[in-house]
Amino acid sequence: MAAQPIRFFQTGTHVVGNRLLDPADRSVQADEHRFNSLTSGHRACQGCGEALGARYVLDAAMRATGGQVVVVNATGCLEVFSTPYPETAWRLPWLHSLFGNAPAVATGVAAALHAQGRDDVRVVAQAGDGGTVDIGFGALSGMFERGDDVLFVCYDNEAYMNTGVQRSGATPPAAATTTTPAVGPAPGAPFGQGKDLPRLAMAHEIPYVATATVADLRDLEAKVTRAMGIHGPRYLHVLVPCPLGWGSASRDTIRLARLARDTALFPVFEAEFGEVTAVSMLRERRPVREYLEPQGRYAHLFGDPGRPDLVAGIQTLADRNVRRYGLMEEH
Amino acid sequence: MLRQIEGSRAVAEAVAACRPGVISAYPISPQTHIVEQLATLVRDGALGTCRFVNVESEFAAMSVTIGASATGSRAYTATASQGLLFMAEAVHNAAGLGLPIVMTVANRAIGAPINIWNDHSDAMSQRDAGWIQLYAETVQEAADLHVQAFRLAEELSLPVMVCLDGFVLTHSFEAVDVPDRERVAAFLPDFRPRQVLDPDDPVSIGAMVGPDAFTEVRYLAHTAHLRALELIPRVAEEFAETFGRDSGGLLHPYRCDDATTVVVALGSVLGTIEDTVDELRRGGDRVGVLGITSYRPFPFAQVRAALRTATRVVVIDRALAPGTGGILAADVRAALTGVAVPVYTVVAGLGGRAITRRSLGEMLLRAERDELEPLSFLDLDDARVDRELARAAGRR
Repeated sequence: MAAQPIRFFQTGTHVVGNRLLDPADRSVQADEHRFNSLTSGHRACQGCGEALGARYVLDAAMRATGGQVVVVNATGCLEVFSTPYPETAWRLPWLHSLFGNAPAVATGVAAALHAQGRDDVRVVAQAGDGGTVDIGFGALSGMFERGDDVLFVCYDNEAYMNTGVQRSGATPPAAATTTTPAVGPAPGAPFGQGKDLPRLAMAHEIPYVATATVADLRDLEAKVTRAMGIHGPRYLHVLVPCPLGWGSASRDTIRLARLARDTALFPVFEAEFGEVTAVSMLRERRPVREYLEPQGRYAHLFGDPGRPDLVAGIQTLADRNVRRYGLMEEH
Repeated sequence: MLRQIEGSRAVAEAVAACRPGVISAYPISPQTHIVEQLATLVRDGALGTCRFVNVESEFAAMSVTIGASATGSRAYTATASQGLLFMAEAVHNAAGLGLPIVMTVANRAIGAPINIWNDHSDAMSQRDAGWIQLYAETVQEAADLHVQAFRLAEELSLPVMVCLDGFVLTHSFEAVDVPDRERVAAFLPDFRPRQVLDPDDPVSIGAMVGPDAFTEVRYLAHTAHLRALELIPRVAEEFAETFGRDSGGLLHPYRCDDATTVVVALGSVLGTIEDTVDELRRGGDRVGVLGITSYRPFPFAQVRAALRTATRVVVIDRALAPGTGGILAADVRAALTGVAVPVYTVVAGLGGRAITRRSLGEMLLRAERDELEPLSFLDLDDARVDRELARAAGRR
């Protein structure tokens, strides 16, 4: 397929990659011949982290494979905002079947490609956190366990945003959603529930597991490129802030994703065959309060009297992540 | 060549002769022998590059075939009972996407109470899913229907369910002439998908359709089934030319031409009913049988025509819709709209209860005297039911 010419308007040195770099060192997005897998004109909200993440992931996967990618998409925001019939924002072969079956559909695509001798074509499946950690988890675990040649990408915005911000198994403690409202003494989502999918993926001892955020898009591209160089089941968990569901300003999407990493609430790492092999170290660690306070879903934790006990509880989770992944230099 | 083999093996060998590209399945009785055979054939290399994918659920099995079919491979799965219900969401999805998947349903009851034996509750629950549903009368027909199913599916871009009675057909040994690969190759060309996931010519499949076009999409699904009504007999004729025997088609009428009492049924019970009819015919009774092979699409006009001499119709329903009664009977009644003949629903053979010639014969004699209730249950243990009803009344 012919690449769509892209016009770049240089507004700053970090927007689409530094022109002073050698082309080989530039980001995928800086390449005017990038595939532009997810074109403009879709219906995502302003500041949508998922739309940003999906474009970077798929453009990097397309570059890594010379454009030989088939995408399977679970039901969710990404599916709805990209394909309102008769329009589509996808410029690659794309299949949406159901909410909970994207991993199995991807297995079927991979099996068919293999049966047809088309091992050059690679399969990427993508879903939100609901489609990954909840309704699609059985299928995902099956896909991991069988060793199917699929990269599965979870765009985690920590709740069911498409249906109006209900709690998912990835909703963090104390976050208010429409089904975990912070009313009276109720603190929002309870502590001690929810699933840590990257660690569950690691428990399957698959060749590659990585986490990333839309705050560090070069890192995201690099991990996709790495993943496409590996065969077998691979899992990429991308934190994608959602202004609607998080009650945050559209302009804060990148800032919040960065704060999630810098507070250690979202550890950024890579793992191979069940063992952590690389982590993004924190140069300057931030207190969780800085991440929580700009978000409407945590508004009940602040003000008078607020819930300092819950903020302290969340800080404990961040501290545990620092220890678990070794996110700080030992002094 | 006739061989004395198990029904499941005949089905597996017929499917194998159809050159599937991807097979995916999750085990459930009484489907297991079919997929075990296919797994062995794939392992043996008898199916070339075909992939057999063992999955963690029926929902995944159907989903794998969805992905494979959309990628342009001939895809097959088999299930039964709870498995069919567990994959129901994907069953509807496959039809909506117009993917020509073929699935065997080894018909079995649905719990609770859990019951592994044969009736038609499972497939009937999916009658509106948009799949073609064909019911086999014998093991031979079950094998043959699979070959026809792939032809129909791929010409219509619709999925096809081949239903055969669990245990009664899947586990019985009959003399079967399994369609051989050479003739199947002549009968069934390579799969040419309507659309395919291909990086060189990308398409988006599975878009969201709003109120502006959804009705039209559903209407078009209905027209595909109307086309199937024309294609099913043509494919059966062509099958007869290639393989030298009659299998499939829309209906199997038996001694219906002058019959005043006609029994309508589907599946393996047809053989027992035919024997019963022969007996009654020897006594001079004008009795016939109308076997339904194509339950979806339902051949309304053909059923009406086949029942033209009937002054009463008895429908054997091997599933129950609590609160209304017969499921097949409702369609037969609709086919006879405006025709003033009584249609009796006889619910029979639930959960593997044997349907005997004696019970059928007695029931038909009552039917001929118009002594049947509009809805009755063959061989119902009245004493047991009455006892339980009395106990329940006492509790109130």
